[in-house]
Amino acid sequence: MNTKGWVALVAAAGLVASLTGCSSSSSGSGGTDTSKYTPMTLMIGSSGDAETQAVQAAASSWAKANKTKVTVTAASDLTQQLGQGFSGGNPPDLFYMSWDQFQTYASKKYLDPYAGQQANASAFYPALKSAFSYGGKFYCEPKDFSTLGLIINTDKWAAAGLTDADIPKDWAGLESAAKKLTTGDTVGLSFGPEYARMGVFMNQAGGSLLSKDGKKVTADSAANVAGLEEVKKLATEGVLKFPSALDSGWSGEALGKGKAAMVIEGPWISGLKTDYPNLKYTVAELPAGKEKSTFTFSNCWGIPAQSKTSAEAQSLVKSLTSDAQQLKFSAAFGVIPSTETAAKEYATKYPGNAAFVKGNDYAVSPVAFAGAATVITDFNSQLEGIATADPKTILASLQKNLQAALDATK
Amino acid sequence: MTANALPHAARRGDKRPTRGNGIRSGEGRYGWLFTAPAIIIIGVFLVLPIFLALWVSVSDWSGLGSPINSQVGFVGAKNYQSVLTAGGLAEQTFGTSIRNNLWFVVFVVPLQTAIALFLAVQVNRRLLRARGFFRTAFYFPSVTSAVAITGIFIFLFASSGAVNQIIAALGGTGPTWFADSRGIFHIVASWFGVGNNPPALSGTALLELSWWDWLSGPSVAMCVIIILVVFTTSGTFMLLFLAALQNIGGEIEEAALVDGAGPFRKFFGVTLPMLKPILFTVLTLGLIGTWQIFDQIYILGGGKPANTTLTPAFLAYQTSFKSLNWGDGAAISFILFAIIVVLTALQRIILRDRSNKERLDKPLARLLRDDSIRSNGGAQ
Repeated sequence: MNTKGWVALVAAAGLVASLTGCSSSSSGSGGTDTSKYTPMTLMIGSSGDAETQAVQAAASSWAKANKTKVTVTAASDLTQQLGQGFSGGNPPDLFYMSWDQFQTYASKKYLDPYAGQQANASAFYPALKSAFSYGGKFYCEPKDFSTLGLIINTDKWAAAGLTDADIPKDWAGLESAAKKLTTGDTVGLSFGPEYARMGVFMNQAGGSLLSKDGKKVTADSAANVAGLEEVKKLATEGVLKFPSALDSGWSGEALGKGKAAMVIEGPWISGLKTDYPNLKYTVAELPAGKEKSTFTFSNCWGIPAQSKTSAEAQSLVKSLTSDAQQLKFSAAFGVIPSTETAAKEYATKYPGNAAFVKGNDYAVSPVAFAGAATVITDFNSQLEGIATADPKTILASLQKNLQAALDATK
Repeated sequence: MTANALPHAARRGDKRPTRGNGIRSGEGRYGWLFTAPAIIIIGVFLVLPIFLALWVSVSDWSGLGSPINSQVGFVGAKNYQSVLTAGGLAEQTFGTSIRNNLWFVVFVVPLQTAIALFLAVQVNRRLLRARGFFRTAFYFPSVTSAVAITGIFIFLFASSGAVNQIIAALGGTGPTWFADSRGIFHIVASWFGVGNNPPALSGTALLELSWWDWLSGPSVAMCVIIILVVFTTSGTFMLLFLAALQNIGGEIEEAALVDGAGPFRKFFGVTLPMLKPILFTVLTLGLIGTWQIFDQIYILGGGKPANTTLTPAFLAYQTSFKSLNWGDGAAISFILFAIIVVLTALQRIILRDRSNKERLDKPLARLLRDDSIRSNGGAQ
């Protein structure tokens, strides 16, 4: 080979080297020689800046005490980013595990069942513990919980000439209040067209998606149909509109903008104070149908299976689920602590949110067994068209698909 | 001279098995060396992932760790069956996505091709002033990111957005565009008193969807996406048509004019047949692009409302990354791939059937015939 040839060879090799160099990330650049803990990543699905900052503060104070580093990432789409992380073999060291995906993750062996051995395992509400148990094992510690309530814009309420005595106790009251509140540019009631909201009406009518023993799907029961019929009635009367029809991403935004006078949401509604500081609202328990009912939602702190950082993640979880820290989270973004002692303190500290805590007495968890999430997604997509669709048809297809998914878990 | 000498030298090199002599020895080695980076990159980032996805589509990979490990089993066509024949939710959702995309293609491809051609002809006219400005203006949406344009459309078509304000000013009431899941043909049918799901059409047709569902047409929300895509892509294809139009010599048009062809005759008899190769390109690109639509769907909320903007490309992503059914998701991708290949091949056959000999030469032959008649007439 002549000189030109060698130059070409070197150039080509250099090109390949630089290209492969680009793909490998620089590792080992952290200056944490003094700590026994390696730096960690923490991924959250945040309800807003208030939540992100609160989690960041909590994580960095733990990191400071343990002389390590925790990088908090607020995912724009938590489910997708977690799926990507697990399939790429690089999940975050600690993450929010949502109630609707938990069973699927646990059944696919994605999660480390660390919670059973934790010192504070018995401090949590039993209902929350069972929501995050799979195959009899308590997998991950509940982060907090939320129930649904009726959020009322007090200014609109007064403007419509309504008083505290008019706060709806039942469906008839809800309907008449919504009618009075509906004006040219404000709709009386709004909530997302999804199972997590409309399911409440189905339960209030005395229905449920699963039989008591959890062995049979009862989605097409007359009670469930009655619940959806009530929602459809409100929608066709024009006193209920979904957020997308109000140019809002979720009903809280519609409430803040003054486009909806009442919404069905949870304690996270307090996050609205940053975007809409002038908004005044009050929280009431959900009006009852045949019976009282609301949903309870929770996230837990998930740790991936076979994680190398499991020990430090567990230590971080211990600090995050302590009563003191949970009450700090409550102050920042309204969630109710997952431990019984802290929740009691919360109820006395925030009387405005007392309705949410009260709701926990009769709240139920939405259906979330492994594989149910796909069916619920499809159910949600059908509920978007409830104003023109037949509730019976929707529930018949839910019955078929949910039963198939339940059979698949056995 | 060198152009002649080179192949000769190469031929001679082939005949002689000796290596190491001559200026062109070792060319093969250098060839591989210089193409190696490209081959490695394409191999690692394109070819390998395709084969890996093919494996995932016939495996029971749970999404944990590498798809190639001893715990992942081969399940044959099970994932394809669950999407195509199992009769469950997966098949129904896939059927819905195919229905949506089919209507999307049916509307977008002819529209964008026609508009692109129309625009190209307009900006190609010599009489038009400020042609450069119009060319840039029409091409502009194509160079703008799909995300930005979709964002603008979200504001335009919001229920109290500009479009509805205009409709209101004209005395109508606009729909809540992005929340309206009714198919436009269903809406038209309801004007004639055809109720929801008439018994004649309620039987299951294909992929768990009834005839009534298949015939829904695009939903109101999908119509917005159709407008959006036509708006962005017609500019791109206008450029292709424009290049082809400028290849048609002025003398051909003059000849047509001299022979007494009017503007319509000239366009359909002369210009359009000469644009046929580029028409094929545009139709193929349009067909492939429309079956792969993803960005707009993702930004507009992933199939909302009521799954009527769900497309197979988005469904593959959703099934994999959200529902963690990696096998089903990969299977959907390969079915989509098959659909695109089959349709492109089909289109090629259709356009080839009426081959150049018939169509292109017909107008020429006609012109020649007219020409000879006229010249004969002149001689008499």
